[in-house]
Amino acid sequence: MRNFPTLYRDAVSGNNETWGSPARATQGDPHHQNSSTTHRKAFPVLSFNYDHVKTPFEISLWILLALLMKLGFHIIPRVSSIVLESCLLIVVGLLIGGIIKAIKQTAPVLDSKLFFLYLLPPIILDAGYFLPIRPFTENMGTILVFAVVGTLWNAAFIGGMMYGVCQIEGAQLGHVDLLSCLLFGAIISAVDPVAVLAVFEEIHINELLYILVFGESLLNDAVTVVLYHLFEEFSHAGIVTVGDAFLGVVCFFVVSLGGVMVGTIYGILGAFTSRFTSHTRVIEPLFVFLYSYMAYLSAEVFHLSGIMSLIACGVTMRPYVEANISHKSYTTIKYFLKMWSSVSETLIFIFLGVSTVAGPHAWNWTFVIFTVILCLVSRVLGVMGLTYIINKFRIVKLTKKDQFIVAYGGLRGAIAFSLGFLLTNNEMKNMFLTAIITVIFFTVFVQGMTIRPLVELLAVKKKEESKTSINEEIHTQFLDHLLTGIEDICGHYGHHHWKDKYDAYVKRWLIVGERSTEPQLISFYNKMEMKQAMMLVESGSAAKLPTLMSAATLQNIQQKGVPSRRAIPSISKSREEEIRKILRANLQKTRQKLYSYRRHDLVMDPFEDNVSEIRFRRQRAEMEKRMSHYLTVPANRQETPSVRKVCFEPENKVYTYDDSESPRGRAAQPSPRLPDAISLLSKSPQRPNQTSALRAKGSTELRAKAPDEQEEQDQVKLSRCFSDPGPNEEEEEDGSFLS
Amino acid sequence: MGASQTHSAYKYQDLMTKTGFSLEQIKNLHYRFRQLSENNETLSRENLENIKDLADNPIKKQIVEAFFDKRNQHQNEMGSFEEIGFEQFVMVMSHFRPPTPKMTEEEKLAMRKDKLHFLFNMHDSDNDGKITLEEYRKVVEELLSMSGDIEKDTARGIADAAMLEVASTNVPNMGPDDYYEGITFEHFEQMFKEVEMESRMHVRFLDVDTRTIHS
Repeated sequence: MRNFPTLYRDAVSGNNETWGSPARATQGDPHHQNSSTTHRKAFPVLSFNYDHVKTPFEISLWILLALLMKLGFHIIPRVSSIVLESCLLIVVGLLIGGIIKAIKQTAPVLDSKLFFLYLLPPIILDAGYFLPIRPFTENMGTILVFAVVGTLWNAAFIGGMMYGVCQIEGAQLGHVDLLSCLLFGAIISAVDPVAVLAVFEEIHINELLYILVFGESLLNDAVTVVLYHLFEEFSHAGIVTVGDAFLGVVCFFVVSLGGVMVGTIYGILGAFTSRFTSHTRVIEPLFVFLYSYMAYLSAEVFHLSGIMSLIACGVTMRPYVEANISHKSYTTIKYFLKMWSSVSETLIFIFLGVSTVAGPHAWNWTFVIFTVILCLVSRVLGVMGLTYIINKFRIVKLTKKDQFIVAYGGLRGAIAFSLGFLLTNNEMKNMFLTAIITVIFFTVFVQGMTIRPLVELLAVKKKEESKTSINEEIHTQFLDHLLTGIEDICGHYGHHHWKDKYDAYVKRWLIVGERSTEPQLISFYNKMEMKQAMMLVESGSAAKLPTLMSAATLQNIQQKGVPSRRAIPSISKSREEEIRKILRANLQKTRQKLYSYRRHDLVMDPFEDNVSEIRFRRQRAEMEKRMSHYLTVPANRQETPSVRKVCFEPENKVYTYDDSESPRGRAAQPSPRLPDAISLLSKSPQRPNQTSALRAKGSTELRAKAPDEQEEQDQVKLSRCFSDPGPNEEEEEDGSFLS
Repeated sequence: MGASQTHSAYKYQDLMTKTGFSLEQIKNLHYRFRQLSENNETLSRENLENIKDLADNPIKKQIVEAFFDKRNQHQNEMGSFEEIGFEQFVMVMSHFRPPTPKMTEEEKLAMRKDKLHFLFNMHDSDNDGKITLEEYRKVVEELLSMSGDIEKDTARGIADAAMLEVASTNVPNMGPDDYYEGITFEHFEQMFKEVEMESRMHVRFLDVDTRTIHS
């Protein structure tokens, strides 16, 4: 692929030079007219110039290959359920490495610079941006203890014990001194976020365990950085004094807190910038990405913890950015982050495989085997010991099962490999690298693949269904206000008071205009409505509201300035009313707080381009409508709104109801026809659940009985919760329904 | 002064056993009570409503009302007081104590139920044992009352959707003639079954005797 003889180029370019004089006309670029020759070159119709595009071509080829592999795994169904994707990717890497070695080319190795600067940041940003904040902060203490103390313990234990092992006579390891062992221990002890993400994603474990292991893998970066630099510096010097150890401790605080600070600064900058982007929506996502990347790089400049900086930036930026940016930008950010992190992860694993085959190895049985054993042992001991202490301070204790999963989930990955690769070249480096690779393989293959059946076997609690509901929102906020109020009555300024004040002031700075006064509930609700509106647009309810839709596409909403409460500004008030009523009538439970840190679940988001889904529903709606039209008695005011719970998948409950009748339709109100957006059930009270839902797990039906005293709109003591008048049956000819 | 000291000492003991606060906490609360009530024996609604910091709180009225609600006094009475004394004040405050590590499971459950009852009473203003749609709507409206001119319809829409959700979750198979009257306490509890109420709903009460509390 790399070195093509110039002769070949000639032949292709149709040069009519004789073979006898290759030196003259075939040097350099065939496009040059060589006027000194007596032969005039014919104009090259087709030429071949590979060098010109070599680097981008190869990079693209690699990425394409990686993605095709990924695609392949998911097409073959059985394979992906048994074997982890990361394992498959490593195997593919091994194969490719083997092939490249066979044809005696130099393989691209997982260069540390490439890894740390290009491959790692997208994954970490993705993880940090979508980090579930509440569980993270609630378990912060535990996570920190595991990350800091746990990693230190691991490093010390492994380093120390390995030194002991090296002293064993027959192992030919006498040349390995204590500092090198400690360095090695520091490298190998850190739990790797990439590997953890790759494995834990597929096992859908409950949130607590996920956040514990994952949080630990993120926060131990600071420890790793400090230990690595400490030992590396001193392995040259040869000895470590107490003063140096003390400096190391100070360095740890500087590295971690400094990293967080850098990240926060960039995060605030990003949030502030996003305040002004309302006129240039297209570049909004770029701000998020670039500020975060700059945070990472800036931290790396000072040898601070880049990972913590990136996480801090994402976490800080997110609430404000999301309040300011358009819905499309939000989606773009989400998808781009997922895309990049996916590509990165794939590439990392493949390169790991390739590097394994390519790299110089120095296999030493004793060293490697003891490394693997000690890693396991130290992890288990560390987790158990720490949990014992931690449980004294936790309200929700960690059970033995939890401890096991935490210990077993401590996977090592590419970070360890890259750090090992950065070591200065000496005879120990190859041995270390071999051992590191073995440990990585062991953890990813053995632990990674067996964790899933073990989780099943131990019946570890799985991730619950996403239950973010309106009720939760309401009561969370209510509780917050209540607690603040009680604190104010008590007179001392507690945590809620400060949070409130912070929210009031900071948000004014960082969130655009009147949205800063928008309470969370409204913005939550608005996002729901927005999604609703998008669904309406996508499923083309043009039948009923043609002017509405043409004027109210989301483009218009964006361009016509910041509307109040995100209502559609270009439309008159009555239309606005109509829209609101329509939207409300077709409320769906939103997956606002998506478990977006899950990589694969994203695809199943029902709000995002699920067009075939919509079409199907549309057809059903049509069918239902027609059936109900024939079967119901129009004058019968007992039309019941019905509710159907349709589950598209376990994590997602979609509530729909279609508002049919209510006696308020009697009153001469300009009640809009309510589109029957996702109505899957007919409106007739006589017929019970007839339709089998799409992929319904169960269906609920709520029949409303309109009692006689319902006269007016506002005093209605609605026995049901529907506030909106339904469409009148008889007027319903042309289908207000979402068709 | 001496006599009233011993008198209050007895009262404190009593309160301590009833509510679980420590002596220091009760003393602090008493100091605060006297501050709020301007050294009277009883506290009225105006006293509470005049607290500056509460002015920004959207659910101020409900919070103040909760103090005067007889149901929160655990004496099976209904209705509301006009003015409350210190014991009632502390009783209400006791709903916000955090769980202590020494509590047993039953005690924790009881505390949780207690707290949920408190919340429930705040919503169920007419005392009929369930939160009807109107009451729920009021709750949401109050919640949103501080934030610009929210359309009444939005609040109602949110409340309606929420009610719908509760109904669907709790009564999955309603027949054609049933109707859902309102959220009962059991359904209310269901909403919070995943939330650790006993630890979430708490306020830190000062243990040390500080006399520098702002008003």
